[in-house]
Amino acid sequence: MRTLVCLKQILDPDLPARDFQIDAESREAKQGSANLVTNIFCENALETALQLRDRVGGEITALCYGGEKAEDVLRKALAMTADNAALVSREGVSNPDSLAVAKVLAAAIRKLGDFDLILVGRESGDWGVGQTGGLLAEELGMPCLTLVDEIEAEGEGLRLRRQSDVGFEIAECSSPVVATITNHEANVPRIPKTRDVMMSYRKPLTQWTHADLELDNEVAGGRSYYEVVELFVPTKDIECEFVEGDDLNERVASLAGKLSAVADAVS
Amino acid sequence: MSIAIVLFGEYGFDRAVAGVIGCGQALKATTGGEIVAVVIGAPAGEMTSEVAGRVDRVIVASQPELGEYQPETAIDAMKQILAPLGASIVLLGNDTYSQEVTPRLASRLGGSSLADAVEVKSVNGAVHAIRSAYGGKAMATYELKRSPAVVWVRARALAPAEPTGAVATMEETSVNLGEAALRIVERRAEVQEGVRLEDAQIIVSGGRGLGGPEPFEMLKELAQVLGAEQGASRAACDAGWVPPSWQVGQTGKKVAPELYLAIAISGASQHLLGMGDSKVIAAVNTDGDAPIFKHCSFGIVEDYKNVVPLLTEKLAEMRK
Repeated sequence: MRTLVCLKQILDPDLPARDFQIDAESREAKQGSANLVTNIFCENALETALQLRDRVGGEITALCYGGEKAEDVLRKALAMTADNAALVSREGVSNPDSLAVAKVLAAAIRKLGDFDLILVGRESGDWGVGQTGGLLAEELGMPCLTLVDEIEAEGEGLRLRRQSDVGFEIAECSSPVVATITNHEANVPRIPKTRDVMMSYRKPLTQWTHADLELDNEVAGGRSYYEVVELFVPTKDIECEFVEGDDLNERVASLAGKLSAVADAVS
Repeated sequence: MSIAIVLFGEYGFDRAVAGVIGCGQALKATTGGEIVAVVIGAPAGEMTSEVAGRVDRVIVASQPELGEYQPETAIDAMKQILAPLGASIVLLGNDTYSQEVTPRLASRLGGSSLADAVEVKSVNGAVHAIRSAYGGKAMATYELKRSPAVVWVRARALAPAEPTGAVATMEETSVNLGEAALRIVERRAEVQEGVRLEDAQIIVSGGRGLGGPEPFEMLKELAQVLGAEQGASRAACDAGWVPPSWQVGQTGKKVAPELYLAIAISGASQHLLGMGDSKVIAAVNTDGDAPIFKHCSFGIVEDYKNVVPLLTEKLAEMRK
């Protein structure tokens, strides 16, 4: 089983809202004191791949299209025991659109060879547009299933479990396939062991530029699919009324009264 | 400039369908043109007449292979029906199936896509869509550069379509479908009591602060006296305390009930993104500075263990 996992580096989504600031010119968040981290769903994807490899064997390649610090994402993936990694440098392109990302990833995947399974996160914790997986599948001419949380190899093919609106669905397909991965209690990313962190620096990490992938700057420039024309922090003008009373009993009674009033309006 | 609305017949006519058509009607007020509803799979219940009363034209592909959603087949069918229509805007919005097809359909039509839009508008001939960014900390307006603009809207939060007073023309169509490389072979619905979370009028949700699965039993009693459905934060679902289908948030269910009661949920922006459209939000939390209170109409700063049993008892008395 040859699996490729795409990983994205993002601004730490746990940055408190009060520290969140927008750069008006670039229409992006300012990094400020926030860390750059691996998008959580990409780590869920890697964990899903690792568990499948542990069961059926094979090799996992981690792929990232990112900026100056993106190597950190791949070193962590290697420390989580991915076998090898490839980094495509974004070369100054900021916030490329989903189609540009899909085209870059597809070009890198073709250069890396044949894979049975290509995994991406369902969406990113920064922009969260969630279009890359589907567009990548189209670029590669492969079928695609979203919101997958578990993968089994079965004979020549694959069995994918995905979350639906009402429960679960099982899909069967032959490889290759693109799956977007969502979080589940079974794919919570592992914490790398100290030894594996040290080993990660000895594992192969290929670095490419746009030119290495024979991509012209118009494709990689990333403004032909969509463009963010405005980014703003919505204003909330709501003031929470904390229930009052002399003791807990009175405060809870007040809360019950308010809740009951809203519930009455519903029924 | 026409607007196509893609619907799945198996869903029937529900709040989401009304919302996505409502979005189309609002757009049509600026763009003109006609609204064409494309129904994939045999329409369930009164869907045909409900839809026909709200759009200008209805195209139905009801062949049996389209009856139950299969991603590869659905995308193929949509492409075949939509390509000759030449609509400049394609709207989708009934839940995860249509979210799944959105980028791939855009790719096949040579267009651009965006998901989870809360507003779509036409600005000097360009299509703009607004959605959240940075886990709900910001909102972003996107210009979709290619045509058609294929946009998945957060349909349940949009104003529902009103009947136009006319009845649209109906056409049956059929498509050529090949063998799908991927097939859904099993669908398992979790045993669900009551209504779907997305349709619930009142929701009681629990979060990380509950500390384990047992307190959800306590919340169940509270939900019962309020006539509420139960939800949870991502932390509670990832911990395995409750099933993933309970998850409310950016990556879970997007809900907009009349009342949302958050218990031991701090209000991470990814959670707020799933329930921020609720009419009234109330919270129980030990931390008065928790972000959830910034979105609450009212709340109480107290340990849920002290509040929930007492609250359940008082509500039970009030609501006999």
